[in-house]
Amino acid sequence: MSETADRVKKIVVEHLGVEAEKVTEDASFIDDLGADSLDIVELVMAFEEEFGVEIPDDAAEKIATVKDAIDYIDSKQ
Amino acid sequence: MRRVVVTGLGMVTPLGGNVETTWKNIIASRSGAATIARFDASEYKCRIACEVKPADHEYGFDANKEVDHKIQRQVDPFIVFGIAAASEALQDAGLTDMSEEERLRAGCSIGSGIGGLPGIESESLVLANKGPGRVSPHFVHGRLINLISGQVSIKYGLMGPNHAVVTACSTGAHSIGDAARMIAMDDADVMLAGGAESAICPIGIAGFAQARALSTGFNDTPEKASRPYDINRDGFVMGEGAGVVVLEEYEHAKKRGAKIYAEVIGYGLSGDAYHVTAPHPEGNGGYRSMEMALRKSGLSLADIDYVNAHGTSTPLGDELELGAVKRLFGEHLNTMSMSSTKSAIGHLLGGAGAVESIFCILAMRDQIVPPTLNLDEPSESCKGVDLVPHVAKERKVRAVLNNSFGFGGTNASLIMKAI
Repeated sequence: MSETADRVKKIVVEHLGVEAEKVTEDASFIDDLGADSLDIVELVMAFEEEFGVEIPDDAAEKIATVKDAIDYIDSKQ
Repeated sequence: MRRVVVTGLGMVTPLGGNVETTWKNIIASRSGAATIARFDASEYKCRIACEVKPADHEYGFDANKEVDHKIQRQVDPFIVFGIAAASEALQDAGLTDMSEEERLRAGCSIGSGIGGLPGIESESLVLANKGPGRVSPHFVHGRLINLISGQVSIKYGLMGPNHAVVTACSTGAHSIGDAARMIAMDDADVMLAGGAESAICPIGIAGFAQARALSTGFNDTPEKASRPYDINRDGFVMGEGAGVVVLEEYEHAKKRGAKIYAEVIGYGLSGDAYHVTAPHPEGNGGYRSMEMALRKSGLSLADIDYVNAHGTSTPLGDELELGAVKRLFGEHLNTMSMSSTKSAIGHLLGGAGAVESIFCILAMRDQIVPPTLNLDEPSESCKGVDLVPHVAKERKVRAVLNNSFGFGGTNASLIMKAI
């Protein structure tokens, strides 16, 4: 597992209060991890803070799964 | 008019994460005051408070029992305390599994005096230091006062009236009084009613200290600072927590064989129309709210055995309330006891009236009245009033009066009796 993936998963566990095992790369924030649209806004902010990247709203809207987040962050680093 | 009874109790206080732990500590004359642990207050005029203790403390509060981790992260502590107290009350009443039909007739009226001050403070710093794009998307609904009622209604599916009182330190008492009227007026059969507060943060302590409301002379002896009616009192000690009761229509409660703690029989409310922080110089507002509650209750003064006073330990407020109580009770003064439990848990502001109403109910249940701590040298005007100094007192308690007075000159009084 990449370093980005580890850090993304840690943030997801902390923010959504879900068990670490549930945060697989295929997991959907809304369907599998119980997030709502505001939770995703908060997660995106946390990713921006953690990785020092900017995630514009149109890109953020396309982040649906854990893998989407990891890929986007990796593409910007 | 439909009768309203209390069938469930819940609280979070500086002396316990639930009703029974708090009450045991209150009766044992314990104090919840200490040096502020949450932030470094060493440069503040007031460096003490009655904070809710962490889960690993002997009488701490474990938020994880009733409140999701995610919600805890998103909302201010006053909402967490409120949800926990409401959950305890609903469980105590045996009403966590109501049918949809019942839930359509069950509502919430849980308020707060100030709301999410710590979160407003911290997110303002985020805004100033990191810009608007870093402010939490949960900022607004995690700080709003009516979000205890909102969160509780979602957690338990309560679809009846959803309301929240904001009347400073009278909030808890007004919440119970107003909710009781909603049941009496047939708007609901069950109401969760009460108040919560958590404003022990830098801006909260600084603000109340600048208003000259807080005790500043006992920073080295925090447990001695809250001393209602004592000649050396010098302001209130900030507390935090929540109190929630389940109010229920009497026949509804009887039909399901509920345990009935008390009946809410009198509710009085008034405005001082005098000053934003100072009470009316003759205590007229407090007098009128007590008088109205008494009139509505149909009781006579001789029936009231215990008064849980507003008694915040401020030089002016205590004296004026005492004067109003003496004027109202007259010849019946010598048969009742009056104490201020703020001497033990501090001033819970918007939570005070609800927590103190629960103490009144427990006084009737256990036939014991809680003490006024630190009442070493009562002021001259205390003569002839049993203020229950230092230790709890076993006595007959048939009916009780609770007073709450708030900034803005807002007053509420509740009378309850055992049935």
